[in-house]
Formats: sequence, structure tokens, C-alpha cells
Amino acid sequence: MSVGIVDCGGANLNSIKYALRRINVDAEVSSSIDVLKTKDAFILPGVGSAGVVMSYLKNKKLDEFICNTNKLTLGICIGMHVLFDYSEEDNTKCLGLIKGEIKKFKSDSKPIPQMGWNYVDGIDEFTSISNYYYFANSYYSRNTKECFGTSSYINKITSIVRKNNYIGCQFHPEKSSTAGELFLKYFINQI
Amino acid sequence: MLTKRIIPCLDVKDGVVVKGIKFLNHKKVGSIIDMAKKYSDEGADELVFYDISASTKDALVSKKWVEEIARNINIPFCVAGGINDVENARLILNSGADKVSVNSPAIENPLLIQDLAKTFGSQCVTVGIDSMEIDGKYFIYSKTGDIKTRTNTKILTKDWIKKIQVLGAGEIVLNCMNQDGVKNGYDINQLNYLKSSIKVPLIASGGAGSKIDFYDVFCKTNISGALAASVFHSNDIPIKDLKNYLIKRNINIRK
Repeated sequence: MSVGIVDCGGANLNSIKYALRRINVDAEVSSSIDVLKTKDAFILPGVGSAGVVMSYLKNKKLDEFICNTNKLTLGICIGMHVLFDYSEEDNTKCLGLIKGEIKKFKSDSKPIPQMGWNYVDGIDEFTSISNYYYFANSYYSRNTKECFGTSSYINKITSIVRKNNYIGCQFHPEKSSTAGELFLKYFINQI
Repeated sequence: MLTKRIIPCLDVKDGVVVKGIKFLNHKKVGSIIDMAKKYSDEGADELVFYDISASTKDALVSKKWVEEIARNINIPFCVAGGINDVENARLILNSGADKVSVNSPAIENPLLIQDLAKTFGSQCVTVGIDSMEIDGKYFIYSKTGDIKTRTNTKILTKDWIKKIQVLGAGEIVLNCMNQDGVKNGYDINQLNYLKSSIKVPLIASGGAGSKIDFYDVFCKTNISGALAASVFHSNDIPIKDLKNYLIKRNINIRK
């Protein structure tokens, strides 16, 4: 079994590879459709901006590839944002796999970005992974329909979404210590 | 709710972790990987690696140890020291760092902050500030890693803080130089003086000597995290004890 980490042009690609290695899962970073086709599941990593990630995916025709796959796909942070219809960040049309918009945090009293460890309250199948996870985001989702985890920062935010084979998490499991490892194992066990 | 962060800082010079008093007289305290792993296992919320030899020698931090840290620890970490363009930053981030922190090169070329934020997103861009009080005013210093290069820029800390946020800084580490390494507590006056100008997460640095100092800074200011070095390196304050102490006193801390 091997996971394809989709090179979205941003950084933080190795962090996810190392995190998977620590739980004995083989992973490869690639932007080549031929390489990714051979993988059993995908991760869309999450550093950069929605605009940069989307234009990179389009240039490599990875947008169609991701939209057409029926393999389990996990979007992390910006990787989750691009699963939605639209992100206010760089005014970006996204993949449209999950209905809704990604908005920018607005607050006079709380610092933006949200940076640090916040509690994720898992819903239904995700109840067991409720824990503290590491967040670093200025944009957020308030999806309620496909929401499987919520957190509180300025507003109530959606920290886990799931629709069919697509899962998104606003936090960074690869940087969330043992809680993050359990979350990644949970993802891997569903492949 | 978002928890307050406890952040050990590892000052790195010529490949080993060092700590000096008031930025001077650096002494070796341990190996990078051993200490990173120790803190990660003990429950540190994040780590900062400052290559203090880098900005003074115009050398980029070596990529190899960044990658080694990323392989070995599963919490976020930030790398600082000598990062002076987008390509340097990309190398560090692609090696597994979550953030880069810029200090002296950003003072020389403030647009560096904008370039980094546009390329990687503000959440990747920390600006480190070395701030010193002189006759009741706070000024930023550059190239503080070495006494011979250390310079008062004559820029007011408050002005610099406003400017870097407009340029896209995602976080500020404020190192209060008057307090650094002397274990008299964080500079609560300065942190509160500057807080109205700061809209991004603020990390306090310099002065931690006891658990009460951490409690005080979280109670009396609105900072997002507290950074310290020597009290952790010496094991005077084990991170687990500190976190339990703060949780008992109702500070919002991750167990």
C-alpha cells in the first residue's frame, strides 16, 4: 500500500511523508499523473495559498485527476480548502467537490491567523479522534452539511469535512503529535 | 478554544545548541536532534531553531539538520537565521520546517516579508524582533548574534511592528533584550505597551526564570505563546511540570 502526496507546488511535502513513515506507511511525493495513478490513496498537502495551489493543480492537469478519482483523498488545510467551490483567498475558484465557500477570519480582538493547538470535536464516525490538533490558518469553512468535526476560533469552524471519498481537515495531522498520528492511522485504515 | 503555546527555543551555533547571557558568551548545551526530540516527547507545543551564527556570517542554515528534525519530531517547528530570499526559505520549508523566521535580513530589506508571505502564505512567515529599551523608548536591534555586529537600528519597535504586519508577517516573536537570559520574568510592560498595535499572534521571548513567570505573562498579557531556552535546557523547569502547573491555574494549555 502506498499513498500519493500530491505536489501542489507549496512546501511542507516532506513533513507529511515523514509523518506517514513514522506510522510505517509508504508515501511518495509527485505531481505526475502516471506516478499518482499507481497509488492507493492521496493526500493534498496544505501550505501555500489557495490561488497558488489551484493554478499549480490546473497546470499539471491534476485538478481533473483529483475530481475524477474514487480513491480516498485527504486534503489538509489549503488542501481541504480547494475541495470546496470557492475560496476568498486570492478570489479563487476551487475544485467544487464540496459545496460552500472558504472565508477569511475577521476579528478585532483575536489574532489572525489562528496559530496553535485547538480542540477538535469529532462528529459521528470521527467522534473517536476528538483531540487537540495543530492549526495555522487565516481562512476557514462553516460547512454544516458534510461537517464531521468542529472547533471554536472567532466563530464555530468546520475542522473536518467528508463527502464520499473526499476528507478534509483544517488542522495539520502531520504536525499534531500522537493525536495527529492516530488521525492519519484512522485515514489509512479506511483505504 | 485555542490553547496558549509553550515554545522551547534552541539557539544553534556551528551545529550545536548554545545559550548565552544577554546574547553573549554562548555555551554549548547539547545536540540539536537529541534536544528537539526530548522537547517534542515532553509535550512542547512548537520548537524554534535560531541559527545565530548564520545572519552574522551571511551563511544560509544548512538544510541537512532541518530535514533531520522533520524526520524525528511530530510537532511544528520554525527555522530562523540568515534566510534572506524566497529561494532560501523554500529550501528550509521543503526540508520540513513549518515556518521561517526572519529578523536582520527583513530590516535590511522589508519587502522580503511581502515576498515570503505572497509565496508561502502569511502563516509561514514569522518576524523575529530584538527590542531594547533605551531611556523609556523601545528600539529594534539587528545582527544580535554577535556583539561585534549588533546594531541599534534607531527604528522604534512600535513603528516596525506596524510595518511588518502590513507587509504580511503572520506571527511576531518579540525578544525583549533587557530581559534576555537574566530570568527576571517576561517584559510584561513592553508586551502590553505594544499589544494594541499587534493583530497577528505574538510570542513573548526573554526573561523566563520560573513557572510563575509563565503564569504571569499569560495572565497579564494577551500573548499567544511564551518562548524560553535556558530554563528548559537546564531542566530547571521540565515542560510537563510547567504545563500541569498552568493547567491547575486555569491557563488554557494543551495537556
